[in-house]
Amino acid sequence: MRNIATATAALLGLLTARPSDRLSAQSLRVPYQTFTLPNGLQVLLHEDHSVPLVAVNMWYHVGSADEKPGRTGFAHLFEHIMFMGSQHVPTGEFDKLLEATGGDNNASTAEDRTNYYEDAPSNVLALMLWLDSDRMGFLLPEITAEKVDVQRGVVQNERRQSYENRPYGLAEENILQRLYPPEHPYHWPVIGSMADLQAATLDDVRGFFRSYYTPNNATLAIAGDITPRDARQLVERYFGEIPRGPAVTRTPPPAVTLGTDIYATLEDRVQVPRVYDAWHSMKAFADGDATLDVLANVLAGGRSSRLYKRLVYELQIATDVVAFQDGGRIDGKFELWATARPGHDLSELERVIDEEVRKLALAGPTPREVERAQNTFEAQFLSRMERVGGFGGKADQLNFYNYFVGTPDYFQKDLDRYRKVTAVDVQGAVRRYLVDAHRVVLSVVPQGKPELAVKQGVTP
Amino acid sequence: MKTAGLGGGVVAVLLGATSLAAQAVDRAKPPALPPPPALKLPAVQTAALANGLELAVVEMHKVPVVDVQLVLDAGAARDPVDLPGLATFTATMLQQGAGRRGALEIADEAAFLGAQLNTAASYDAATVSLHVPKRRLEPALDLLADLVLRPTFADSEVVRQRELRRAQIVQLGDNPVAMAGIAFPAIVFGRAHPYGRPLNGTEASTTVLSRDRVTEFYRASYRPNAARILIVGDVTLAAARRLLTARLGAWERGSVPALPGAGAPAPASRAVYLVDKPGAAQSVIRIGHVGVARTTPDYFALQVLNTILGGSFTSRLNQNLRETHGYTYGAFSQFTAGRLAGPFVASASVVTAKTDSSLIEFLKELRRIRDEAVPDAELAKAKAYITLGLPADFETTAAAAARFRELLVYGLPLDYFAHYAERINTVTAADVQRVARQYIDPDHFDIVIVGDKSQIEAGIKALNEGPIVYRDLWGQDVK
Repeated sequence: MRNIATATAALLGLLTARPSDRLSAQSLRVPYQTFTLPNGLQVLLHEDHSVPLVAVNMWYHVGSADEKPGRTGFAHLFEHIMFMGSQHVPTGEFDKLLEATGGDNNASTAEDRTNYYEDAPSNVLALMLWLDSDRMGFLLPEITAEKVDVQRGVVQNERRQSYENRPYGLAEENILQRLYPPEHPYHWPVIGSMADLQAATLDDVRGFFRSYYTPNNATLAIAGDITPRDARQLVERYFGEIPRGPAVTRTPPPAVTLGTDIYATLEDRVQVPRVYDAWHSMKAFADGDATLDVLANVLAGGRSSRLYKRLVYELQIATDVVAFQDGGRIDGKFELWATARPGHDLSELERVIDEEVRKLALAGPTPREVERAQNTFEAQFLSRMERVGGFGGKADQLNFYNYFVGTPDYFQKDLDRYRKVTAVDVQGAVRRYLVDAHRVVLSVVPQGKPELAVKQGVTP
Repeated sequence: MKTAGLGGGVVAVLLGATSLAAQAVDRAKPPALPPPPALKLPAVQTAALANGLELAVVEMHKVPVVDVQLVLDAGAARDPVDLPGLATFTATMLQQGAGRRGALEIADEAAFLGAQLNTAASYDAATVSLHVPKRRLEPALDLLADLVLRPTFADSEVVRQRELRRAQIVQLGDNPVAMAGIAFPAIVFGRAHPYGRPLNGTEASTTVLSRDRVTEFYRASYRPNAARILIVGDVTLAAARRLLTARLGAWERGSVPALPGAGAPAPASRAVYLVDKPGAAQSVIRIGHVGVARTTPDYFALQVLNTILGGSFTSRLNQNLRETHGYTYGAFSQFTAGRLAGPFVASASVVTAKTDSSLIEFLKELRRIRDEAVPDAELAKAKAYITLGLPADFETTAAAAARFRELLVYGLPLDYFAHYAERINTVTAADVQRVARQYIDPDHFDIVIVGDKSQIEAGIKALNEGPIVYRDLWGQDVK
């Protein structure tokens, strides 16, 4: 992400908090028109005249999963370079021109996709499309090794700020390394390694641009105060002449499972330890994906959840607990973590976590727990209908559904997935994906305190 | 709106039958744009309950959701000197048992309703807020009313939350950004001023939090005549008044003492306050001093000034430290304008090895904005960014509620935003320079750095920008 938060946060925010709604089914329709330019650029248009704003949202179907060995973090570095100017837009002008119209913009990179948005008053659409088309069609003449160096420095500082200088910030990359084998595209984090970021060259930029930043590998969603006919004409005008690129082909990696539990310990500059459990689950929208979202909510969604109640409220051995299902295009994982209070070790926490997981496997959640989770998701979903732009606004969601399920207006269907989840489904999923499966158990402990880590065999 | 190339010519072309795609694309310069749409603000309607509770309603009917903000004059500026953290703790305690429900039952009920129910306190106000689908509004308001009128403050729950807070305070020391967030105001304001005391208290103050102190604070400051409630969303004024009268009508008035005044401390000479964080990958920098109150007549000029200096992506600080030098992921500045004069701060997290170079660039920009008048194009861009960006602030119920809430907390007129753009647009380059000279004072900067002392101290010393003083995360002297 360019301005705020982190690639990981973007991923969690955009890909795992997928909500749903049963409260007002009619409001869950997002009518759209679609067309594809001869060069392969797919376009989605959605009218919403409630506020005089327009959102332009471009998804390039490329992410960190497409990176080559030795170049981890490159998709995200490239995202930054997309703001360094293009042939007709000198460096720095992209942001200056937009701000001068009252507009804002940002971008984020995840494993499977990179998204860019501009939000502005509705009179600005032509400028937004001119800017976005120029960097799609004419980026390379403006990019030099010096400009790559500047953004390399920025991104390395993003890594420092969001991962290295943040407590527990290196946990995620330690989990991925163990959950996926080295040749798997989810083996490394979106932010990449310092050394690989250092190694990236101008030639890498050229190659990546030519392979992936093509109209036929992108989808453009425009939502807000627009007239579809005018918007279409502007899109044709600015994007029509950009040549089609090579087709992007990918060989899906073989499915991976863990043959055994993997225990690991990471020493960090922290005063209290935190335990992470991670299991392989399933890709986004696969069977069980919504069920695991409900499970995560039952286990750790707020103060009424089972693990919060046991660990934080009753036993008072932890300060917090978090769980989430994180499904991508290729694979997914279910993750859970809890932070110990001073004086408590991670084996204590892990015993309780396992106890609660087993209880759910034996008896399942109560109907109220399932309904509560569904209601929570539904309400979140409804609130996401309020905004056309930004991360998670309607334009971004149209692109999300289009890319992951091939149906932009999938809002209602997505809701239906959550509605269908039953207590029995949750119980079955706990058994299959957690209890009967192997996991990575990562203990993050204060430096010099490995004895606080989870001890193998601490639970049956 | 003052950008070169803005004009009305394109409208006719857009509406014409000619295919734009068929025309040659002129990429050489940005397209001319039609004039910006007029700002249409949702209206604010008001009413008052018999007990003095003032109600403001903003109707937004696009999506069936409602956002409620009950703002109470019960912020941390009222914390007793010996008990920083009491206001935020009291707000937390509202959720730990109220009416017939215990802590977990309250959380369960809110989640079941799909309601985000939060209680919090800043220095200037306490807030009980609710974001909920319209059809669950009534039971959610029942819950809110329980929290506000019938909190139980059970001893066992006070102890439980106190222990949780103690554990969280330990964790603060692991996070350099959180450390800077406490050390900077403590150093700028000192412990004698409310804004200098940590919002969530200290280890020592947390230890003595008790049911009696919480109850006493609640009784004194949670009163309808010292509160205002804002409802934004799919609801009408009549319905809102009916729903609130039924639930909050019995809330008893009380005499809430005036907010204790606090003079800003005398400015100290520029110094560098170093908070050691061995092994830190970055140095967290905060530079500033006491700034302005929200009611300052210079507010609009300061908004323009800050947008240029460090309040936008293209601001000078971000362009210099991030886009030119790559020292940081982002550099910003802010005037936090409170009920009392709050801090001015310029901030960034910079790579450890460039801590001294970053300070040079910070100080260069902070001096330049005073010494030179801002060029016209830069001024116009900042004003346009602020004024033309306003509609986006009123797109969602939560965003609109955040803007209107500000008016309630600071006692500003409810038609404030109708005149906002006009007041920004009258700001001149001379105004910007005048407020820069008046409110940014490099001779009296407190420069707070949380970083690895062994790596950064020599470079900072060599800059000769002031003495180096060693402090801990609480802003206190390190022996």
